Amino acid sequence: MDNFIAARSQMGMSLAFHIIFATIGVSLPLMMTISEWQWRSTGDPAYLLLAKRWAKGTTILFAVGAISGTVLSFELGLLWPRFMQYAGAVIGMPFSLEGFAFFTEAIFLGIYLYGWDRVPGWFHLLSGIIVTISGVLSAIFVTLVNGWMNTPTGFDIVAGKFENIHPFIAMLNPAGIPEAVHMVLAAYTAAGFATAGIHGWLLLRGGRNRFDEVAIGIALLVGGTAVLLQSVSGDALARMVAAKQPMKLASLEGQFQTETGAPFRIGGIPFPDKRETKYAIEIPYGLSLLSFHRPYALIKGLDQEPESDWPNVRMVHICFQIMVGCGSLLSLFALLAGWLTWKKPPLTNHKSFLKALVLVGPLGFVALEAGWMVTELGRQPWIIYHLMRTKDAVTSMPNVMITFLAMTALYVVLGIIVVWLLSRHVIAVPDRKQLEREGVLV
Amino acid sequence: MSAAVILAGVLLAALVIYSLLGGADYGAGFWDLMCSGPRRQDQRDLIARAIQPVWETNHIWLILVVVLTFSGFPIAFSWISLSLAVPIFLILLGVVLRGSSYVFRAYFTGSVRTQLYWGKVFSVSSSITPLFLGIVIGAISSGGVLVKDGVSENGFLRTWFHPFPLVVGMLSLSLFAYLSACYLTIETNDAALQNDFRKRALISGFVSIVAATLTYVIAGDSAKPIRDGLSRVPYVWMIELGAAIAALVAFQALWSRSYLRARIAAATQVALIVSGWGVAQYPYLVRPELTIVNSAAPSNILSDLEIAVAVGAVVLIPSLILLLLVFKTHRKSISAIADTTLV
Repeated sequence: MDNFIAARSQMGMSLAFHIIFATIGVSLPLMMTISEWQWRSTGDPAYLLLAKRWAKGTTILFAVGAISGTVLSFELGLLWPRFMQYAGAVIGMPFSLEGFAFFTEAIFLGIYLYGWDRVPGWFHLLSGIIVTISGVLSAIFVTLVNGWMNTPTGFDIVAGKFENIHPFIAMLNPAGIPEAVHMVLAAYTAAGFATAGIHGWLLLRGGRNRFDEVAIGIALLVGGTAVLLQSVSGDALARMVAAKQPMKLASLEGQFQTETGAPFRIGGIPFPDKRETKYAIEIPYGLSLLSFHRPYALIKGLDQEPESDWPNVRMVHICFQIMVGCGSLLSLFALLAGWLTWKKPPLTNHKSFLKALVLVGPLGFVALEAGWMVTELGRQPWIIYHLMRTKDAVTSMPNVMITFLAMTALYVVLGIIVVWLLSRHVIAVPDRKQLEREGVLV
Repeated sequence: MSAAVILAGVLLAALVIYSLLGGADYGAGFWDLMCSGPRRQDQRDLIARAIQPVWETNHIWLILVVVLTFSGFPIAFSWISLSLAVPIFLILLGVVLRGSSYVFRAYFTGSVRTQLYWGKVFSVSSSITPLFLGIVIGAISSGGVLVKDGVSENGFLRTWFHPFPLVVGMLSLSLFAYLSACYLTIETNDAALQNDFRKRALISGFVSIVAATLTYVIAGDSAKPIRDGLSRVPYVWMIELGAAIAALVAFQALWSRSYLRARIAAATQVALIVSGWGVAQYPYLVRPELTIVNSAAPSNILSDLEIAVAVGAVVLIPSLILLLLVFKTHRKSISAIADTTLV
């Protein structure tokens, strides 16, 4: 493995873990706050217990997210020193703001954890809301940086260097906001469905109990709402990509030829050597309609760019299919859950529904990782789209392979620890006493 | 004063705060490794209690330092990352190991043996990380970090593997250990435990003075410019004098068991030493070539960053004070509620 591939692997691996830690850390505070609010308005101790469990989960994931986030901030320089040298000043603003959002989250999480009996009830709830908002802001700021790498704006290039930099214009680049919204909704979808799935499984195994039932209610509300909104956000993002990064759209869709009235492909495998995507179900005019809302709109194909500048079209297309497929399935499931709640409540009485819930539970995370692969692999071979190639940004340090292997081993250990701790402290079935006791201690 | 110098000042301030808070955490980990004698387990418990509930807030200062460096001084960040990749990678290993063992230990409820094992990982990584942080500081002060066309002129070892950075590494570890021992004396009411950490504070304080002297001597050989920086202008002397007085006060206070005074004096001492380094390093950021001015981002970016920092501080400082208030009342009652792991 050469250094360049090792560096990309290390960055990819670090992000793949961080994205999971961070999304759970961003989503749990919302569910925890909803649960506390429910407890304050109904007095049902199951909600209080749940809020405390999720607060503990937030704490664990927050600490782990802080670790993987620190690692990433160093790795930007360790692996891509030339990228940071040229772009550091341009993308520094969202990173700095993210630092502050993260700090705010840490402080109010501390107040939330220790403040149950020490601050007034309304203030405690407010702390939960601040944790939720600052978590979302962190996610948004970081994604804005990724947006800039896709649609770099806010500068002039003078003699091969960034000049006249406007940090806020760079921060609010065209891809930034659509990507950030998509990311936040993806986080809520993934964590919401995974949490609901886990509690569905516990409910099936352990029999009816109030704890799992209210947990499923809140988690599905969050995940289901997010996934339904995701279709709107996905549409906005796709149209942005169509307008600003036509080659990326072409590789998402396996569109080799430039054509008007391009079809939308469901499934299929692109064959770059033959310049075609086979075995796909094609919906006529679909892609033109989705991208520009006009059936005969011109869709640029990969033929507009030399093959050496293509991303790995096959991977990108397949990941995109996985993301859209999982998202659609979860949307249908959310509609079904809504319908069941309306027509035949309570939801948790339907055994087959719970079984299906367990099955779809992980799909949010599958979609999340696949979608992230789409945006990262789809941008290649550029680290800054059409400005700097990834291979020109990589470090000149030898033996990146060693650091890649060491970090991977560590992250695997860290991942195991997180899963173990969550199973122990957050999702374990409480005994009956804990639910009956009025004031549950932290 | 230019925007670049102001931002460098902000960075130095964040570094000072990080030393006082995060540094003490590292030091606590070091003492965890060194626990001995009949009160071994009590010492460990005290350390765990003292650092447990801060939830890594202390270590966010490091992220802030990194982020502001690459935003405000991108070339410096790029050069440091490249030529000091080895110690930085070791810092990262330390951060991951320390963090994960900390999380694990804080929530683990199983067998004592596993807990002890993770405790070892925690304390070893807590000791290694500040060593390499100090090495990075020593390396950027001693003039080996030079990058031409994306290649490190002095390779990846010679940039930091020589006496001066290594001694600075030792100095930072001993200072953090000293700071932490001073802090720990007032985290307990048990006179015997207080005495244990008092002894440690005295020993590590002495070691840090030896390391500081050694740093000064070796600097004459391999880091002449920074030593000249230390004796350049009157106010640098004043900072050094201040640090020396603080050290004397801290030692006297430790000797007479006035622990609160010792804690404040030790914190002042460390803050002044770190600031003294910053002032001596001025006008350089990374010796021998990058100054604060020639490595800074364009000034409109710097002023925008400073506005962001100011707004951030307006939000953060009152929140931090609030957290400390809530937290303090919690500490008092924590012994009343033994049940901290349930639920």
